[in-house]
Amino acid sequence: MPNLAAIDWMIVLIYFFFAISVAISLRQFIAGAGDFLLAGRALPAWLCGLAFAAASLGSLELLGMGAAGARYGFASASFFGLGSVVPLLFAGWFMMPVYYSSNARSAPGYLGLRFDGKTRALNAVLFLAVSILYAALSFYEMARIFAALGVFNVIFHAQTIGSQGVFILSVALPAAIVLVVVLLGGLGATMYAQVMQFFILVAGFLPMVLLGLKQVGGWSGLKSSFAYAAGHAPAPGLGTLAIATGVGIVLTAGFWCTDFSLLQTALAAENAAAARRAPLIAAGVRVLLPFLLIVPGIVAIGLPTPHTSMVVRTDNGAIYHEIDVVPHPAELGQGVVPARTSSAADPMGGNILSDAHGHPLLDYAMATPNLLPYNLPTGLIGLAITALLACLTGGVAARIAAVNTIFTCDLYETHLRKGSGEKDDLGMARWTCVAAVILSAGLACAALRVPNMPGLLELLALAFAVFYAPMLATFLLGMFWKRATGHGAFAGLIAGFAAALAHYGLTLPANAVRGIAGGWIVVLHHPPNALRQNVGTALCAILANLAVTGIVSLFTSSRPEPELAGLVYSLIPVDPAKPSGARRPAIFAAIVLLAAIAVSLIFL
Amino acid sequence: MNLDLRLPLGLMLSITGIILLSFGLATRARPELFSRSFGINADQWWGWVVFLVGLIVVGIGRRGQGRIELRKQGQTAAGRAKKR
Repeated sequence: MPNLAAIDWMIVLIYFFFAISVAISLRQFIAGAGDFLLAGRALPAWLCGLAFAAASLGSLELLGMGAAGARYGFASASFFGLGSVVPLLFAGWFMMPVYYSSNARSAPGYLGLRFDGKTRALNAVLFLAVSILYAALSFYEMARIFAALGVFNVIFHAQTIGSQGVFILSVALPAAIVLVVVLLGGLGATMYAQVMQFFILVAGFLPMVLLGLKQVGGWSGLKSSFAYAAGHAPAPGLGTLAIATGVGIVLTAGFWCTDFSLLQTALAAENAAAARRAPLIAAGVRVLLPFLLIVPGIVAIGLPTPHTSMVVRTDNGAIYHEIDVVPHPAELGQGVVPARTSSAADPMGGNILSDAHGHPLLDYAMATPNLLPYNLPTGLIGLAITALLACLTGGVAARIAAVNTIFTCDLYETHLRKGSGEKDDLGMARWTCVAAVILSAGLACAALRVPNMPGLLELLALAFAVFYAPMLATFLLGMFWKRATGHGAFAGLIAGFAAALAHYGLTLPANAVRGIAGGWIVVLHHPPNALRQNVGTALCAILANLAVTGIVSLFTSSRPEPELAGLVYSLIPVDPAKPSGARRPAIFAAIVLLAAIAVSLIFL
Repeated sequence: MNLDLRLPLGLMLSITGIILLSFGLATRARPELFSRSFGINADQWWGWVVFLVGLIVVGIGRRGQGRIELRKQGQTAAGRAKKR
């Protein structure tokens, strides 16, 4: 990796100058907790839609999509494309009107109105846990990548502070930016920064995709280079597409329909119609993302693997030995995807990790980042690094803003200090923000000491299966089944979470080591890979929650219908002035769905 | 929110575009800098694209900002009328 030139740093600084000055200029509009936490509910649909899409494009998704492209090839486009578009359209069309008309400030807040306080608190605690872990994992993975690319080596004096020092500073610097943006401007500034992040991501990554495609010889060259890299040429048919889509829906529906760091962007919309359009716009954006984010991973795995080579040439009678030394992990990898090593702070040092058969494990998260220095010239590389940094800070800022709201509204206000005022809430939200950033950055640094950290894809799928899948059923039943009761929802949520933990504790993917990968109770079953295990976990959680909520609800008394007005889909007040107002979004949703299917077919 | 996001967004894009473009133009005589992008002066081309997109976004943003200002004036006028 060549060091970044002055022009590269200029581009990085310009982005952050604008992001922070927008936050400063929004500061004057923040008078109370409502402005800070909900951006005053005054934003237009296009902005909310782009912020919604960008909130789902944190660094983990960005790296994860590249990693999935390198690991699973073209089929991953169906997982991330169609597999997320279907739940998003569902969330926008059916769930968003309920969220908005309930006037809840947050997703747990909705559960509090629909069910009761205990369900709300449990959901809030689960969300806070997964959010802090998500932020920590974002910091951790990106610091690893910044260390591997040597981005900060110039400014941090890598020689004097060592690789661990560089790692810790690579966590601390983005954490400080997140803190500044969220503290200054609250949700409004966060969403403005997210829209800017989205544009910078497209500007930074599109040249890499175009140059990468040129390098491997266009679309057909991409297909043949991946088939070669995969060893055999499995012709992915319609069946693969259906499976990848189904797996995507089962694993990620909970994330798309209940995750508050996404939903908050739609709830900040100026009216109910705009709130409904936001997820639809986000779905439309996601249709095209496979081209931007999955293709780089497929290019990276299909490139020639570098090897240490020596060229002998003579010039005017003198003999030159030109030795090109390639680090061991890069040589054992495939394409520009290196092998995984035991050291996170210094990816080119440490021991090579291998599976139970002795094959080296690949560090798929490095697929996209390693392509940057491969084909981007000075200047454009600065733009791409800006995109990486912007996605890290934007994604984490969305999380932290959501943590602020949920901690302040759903735990502090209702349980810890009842009847607190707006000013009091604003102060609490600011302190929550500081605590959450410090906690997640600290966890990221602590993760350096964890041996055998599983790969990024495994960790992401695990979070989806264990945390989000149980929540999905609770929200679905709350919105669409009038008979569901508070006791039922609470018992179901506990049962779903317990079932997920139990399934994950009793199974271990073949070739994996017991621990974070699963099997921490006792290993009863070996699924062939981690993805199968996670789908099983998610299904267990959803079914357990559905069954327990259903049974307990039938044995407890439900609330009378008038109390549920605006909280259940069938009881939303309809705007009599505009009965046909829903036709245009319906056409838009249909076009998005067809486009998503078309993109999946292109990737077959 | 009394600031149309498209103003700062477009400004940021066009400044970034100008930087890329001028770097690309200044290094036209040095193809060795662009060996990684197969001799294509990618900075120059992409600089043009980012710059023009930025200008368009600024243009849309100025219209949007005008609308926000109008609404604000209307609100303050209505407020004054109420006070009377």
